[in-house]
Amino acid sequence: MSDVKPRIRLPRTAKAGQAAEIKTLVSHVMETGLRKDSDGNTIPRMIINRFTCEYGGEMVLDMALEGAVSANPYVEFDIMIGEATEVVFTWYEDGGAVYTETKELSFG
Amino acid sequence: MKTFTLNKLMASAAVCMVALSGAASADPHPDAELIIEGELNVKVRAEPAAHLDGAVPEIYSGWLFRTDETRSLQMDDFENPAMLGVEAGQDAWNTVEGAAGKSCADCHGDAAESMKGVRAVMPKVNDNGDLWSTEDYVNNCRTERMEADALKWNSGDLNNMVAYISVQSRGMPVAVQIDGEAEPFWERGKDMYYTRFGQLELSCASCHEENYGMNIRADHLSQGQINGFPTYRLKQGKLISTHNRFRGCIRDTRAESFAMGSQEFRELELYVASRGLGLDTEGVAVRN
Repeated sequence: MSDVKPRIRLPRTAKAGQAAEIKTLVSHVMETGLRKDSDGNTIPRMIINRFTCEYGGEMVLDMALEGAVSANPYVEFDIMIGEATEVVFTWYEDGGAVYTETKELSFG
Repeated sequence: MKTFTLNKLMASAAVCMVALSGAASADPHPDAELIIEGELNVKVRAEPAAHLDGAVPEIYSGWLFRTDETRSLQMDDFENPAMLGVEAGQDAWNTVEGAAGKSCADCHGDAAESMKGVRAVMPKVNDNGDLWSTEDYVNNCRTERMEADALKWNSGDLNNMVAYISVQSRGMPVAVQIDGEAEPFWERGKDMYYTRFGQLELSCASCHEENYGMNIRADHLSQGQINGFPTYRLKQGKLISTHNRFRGCIRDTRAESFAMGSQEFRELELYVASRGLGLDTEGVAVRN
């Protein structure tokens, strides 16, 4: 799908040993699979079904999303900051498409 | 049993009667300040414009009538769902469309420069003496300069474009012209504002001037300011245009409403915008 666009906000400065708040939002229609089009045919389900976050090579968040999740899912969570700077975010879409974004933490 | 039912009926009738005159359960927030991204201070309270002639003691942005959660969404661009529309509008701004092979950016360059302050003066009388909303200007550019199809009123594409244009005026004072050539339009808009519509015989003023701060059934009435449009309405889960809200309000009076993009709504838009003179442009706002 062409309109899938991930957005991520990391704290301006991170400190090792402290929790950092991470906000993510992906623009996505999240078609539930329950709606019908004007001809009465079911519109196939097309949602982001899994979202993960890896920090320093370690999986820190792995969540399953279901059909009741609203369009443009917004996920906010905290991670404990260690030495690593790289944070990898991955969205898995129905049908197998995968969207990955990598962000660098800046230490203050 | 019969008495019980009757009592219940009478009770609900009483509830209906006090629906408009009932106690003010939640007036506008007394001291909340709208500061977007911790930087941009947007004025949400102001002295009424002279033309209001004391109809309301103070003017309030609709932002002040919403819940803490809704208000906080608008203070953070990341959490503001309307910013997705703004981004889409930005993409469209730079996209070539139509037979002339032009994009918005080809003529107007950087919107942050060229569109600054545009939303604050809308709607506005154009060179031909017609009153135009932002949507009309966008569509005129599309059909005349780009040779593309006009976008449908309140369509996602048009609202996104208007949102992108509006954001460039965020924090600038509402500055619609109401005198001179705009005056006849403004006068008709004012007449409409005070005209009762529908089976419920409600005018705009019935709710938004005489009873703001009260609840009409479950709805917390604001002053009906439009400085925050296009607005992301949580109920609809998308950006909506001023005219979409007008249409909904008049429909809710059980009247046959006007069409979005109609002359009546342009004039009403001008008048309602002028009631917000003193406030800052908020577009793009988040409301319930």
